[in-house]
Amino acid sequence: MKQFTGRVVAKGTVSAPALVSHGGLNTLASFQKALQFGDKKATCGDQNNPDLYGKQMAGKALCLPRTIGSTTGGLVLYCACSMHRQPACMLFSEPIDSLAAAGAILQDVWLSDVSMPVIDCLGEEFLNYVQDGMTVTVKENGVVEVD
Amino acid sequence: MLLTQEQQEILNGSRGETMAKVMETLVRYGELYDADAMIPVTGKYNHLVTSFGLKALTPVYELMDQLIAEGAVSGTKFSADPRPLDKNVPSSFLQNIIFNHFMYSKQDFYEDQLQKLGLMEKDAFTCTCYMDEVGNTPGKGDILSWSESSAVVYANSVLAARCNRNSGIIDLMGAICGFVPRFGLLTDEGRKAKWIVEVRTTKKPEAQLLGSAIGMKVMEDVPYIKGLDKWLGSLDDDAKAYLKDMGAATASNGAVGLYHVAGITPEAVEQGEDLILPDAQVYVIDDAELKRVYDSYPVIWKNKEATPKLCFMGCPHMSLHQLIDWTERVEQGLKAAGNKKVVIPTVFTAAPAVIEKFNATPYAARLKETGVILSYICPLMYMNNPLSAKMPVITSSNKLRTYTSARYYTDDEILAQITKGGN
Repeated sequence: MKQFTGRVVAKGTVSAPALVSHGGLNTLASFQKALQFGDKKATCGDQNNPDLYGKQMAGKALCLPRTIGSTTGGLVLYCACSMHRQPACMLFSEPIDSLAAAGAILQDVWLSDVSMPVIDCLGEEFLNYVQDGMTVTVKENGVVEVD
Repeated sequence: MLLTQEQQEILNGSRGETMAKVMETLVRYGELYDADAMIPVTGKYNHLVTSFGLKALTPVYELMDQLIAEGAVSGTKFSADPRPLDKNVPSSFLQNIIFNHFMYSKQDFYEDQLQKLGLMEKDAFTCTCYMDEVGNTPGKGDILSWSESSAVVYANSVLAARCNRNSGIIDLMGAICGFVPRFGLLTDEGRKAKWIVEVRTTKKPEAQLLGSAIGMKVMEDVPYIKGLDKWLGSLDDDAKAYLKDMGAATASNGAVGLYHVAGITPEAVEQGEDLILPDAQVYVIDDAELKRVYDSYPVIWKNKEATPKLCFMGCPHMSLHQLIDWTERVEQGLKAAGNKKVVIPTVFTAAPAVIEKFNATPYAARLKETGVILSYICPLMYMNNPLSAKMPVITSSNKLRTYTSARYYTDDEILAQITKGGN
């Protein structure tokens, strides 16, 4: 088990299997198909992301450097949360980008029945260490345990 | 973050629970980036990225309903990104069913919401709101709460306005409150360049390729571009269109929100190399580097040799100057190839107000004669579905290439394909 500490963007505790993207997550490309066509598993639809394409994102501890792509990114994440198709948590190795930050804050402020903890600044070592399927536990204080 | 008494009172609920949440959203957004204050939005108009009644975004429309019901509407009028539908753009029977009954079934409803929230004009749908014909052109130093990455990078770089790369909804909330958190590109320090880009090509670089190369290298940092003034001359209509396309590529292939071009863009003209941070890295772009970038693009068509079924030009939307220039280029290309009409269905896109002005010129009839379709559609929204994704679509837009399955070609290659045919 290894422990990493980051900054809390949206509070919460959760334990979930890891899903790792080593490249930036294109939020619109990844979620649109799932949101559009009622896919409760939120299967990643971004053909340009070999790490995630075709994999279930809902309920996973999504580990990534940052998000990329359209400035609709924040509202797409908000929609995924509102429709209960969001990752269990989002764990960023880098400081969070402004689009993902918007999604994280919007769901935290505006949705009372959803919790998606978001931690950033976990460092490059975190993304090098964590692998798909490892159990990731997020604590209130920004500590992330990878088992 | 230091809040004024008025801002603190809004946060405490003086204007209702919904406005308090709007303010909380903006304050938390700013705190993440060490914003020191919430400052007034001074741009005359706002611009929103969300223009499409996409069924998948139903929660957003519910949130907007809540804002409207509570009277939390935009203090400033706004434009929005292009509409996703235009019956003039070729589409199959199946695509029409998907577009109208599944994807964009909320379009009319959403446009009605936008009117209530403060849309500046019923056809104010374009990603190039800053065009003179559209009328949403911010001034130097104006503080904005825009989204749409290509518009933000243009406003910051070419117009010297100040705006962060905001997400959808955050853009609207800034306009509702009338304040945005001051950080990043709203500060003098945040507008300094961490990269020097030296352009050393033997001919004028393709705008969309140059932007792509810069974006992929510097990601979200600010580049100071040297050597491009040699090719652009001055900030005339031609240069503005070039910078529009280059900027959109920097913003989509990377996450650039501001670039400076030595001798061309306003802040670079005024401040010169004082804009460059002492430890700036250097990126040299020559012919070989542009070729390397071009060759690196994956072709994700199932059949890589497929004959293109559609060509999109105008992501971001074309300027009036570009429409006129391309009308002449297509005419000349057809004449040289001995054809009367384009051989691949081709769509040029532009803002409704630009199309209206273009239609008042003799060029409109000439373009129509070539068979090119002129539309206000958003090519990205057309492509963002499984059916369109399977179509072999070509484009000269690096943004469209990045976000969809469309295949990128240079302007000259596109011209050859649509006038002569062949891959």
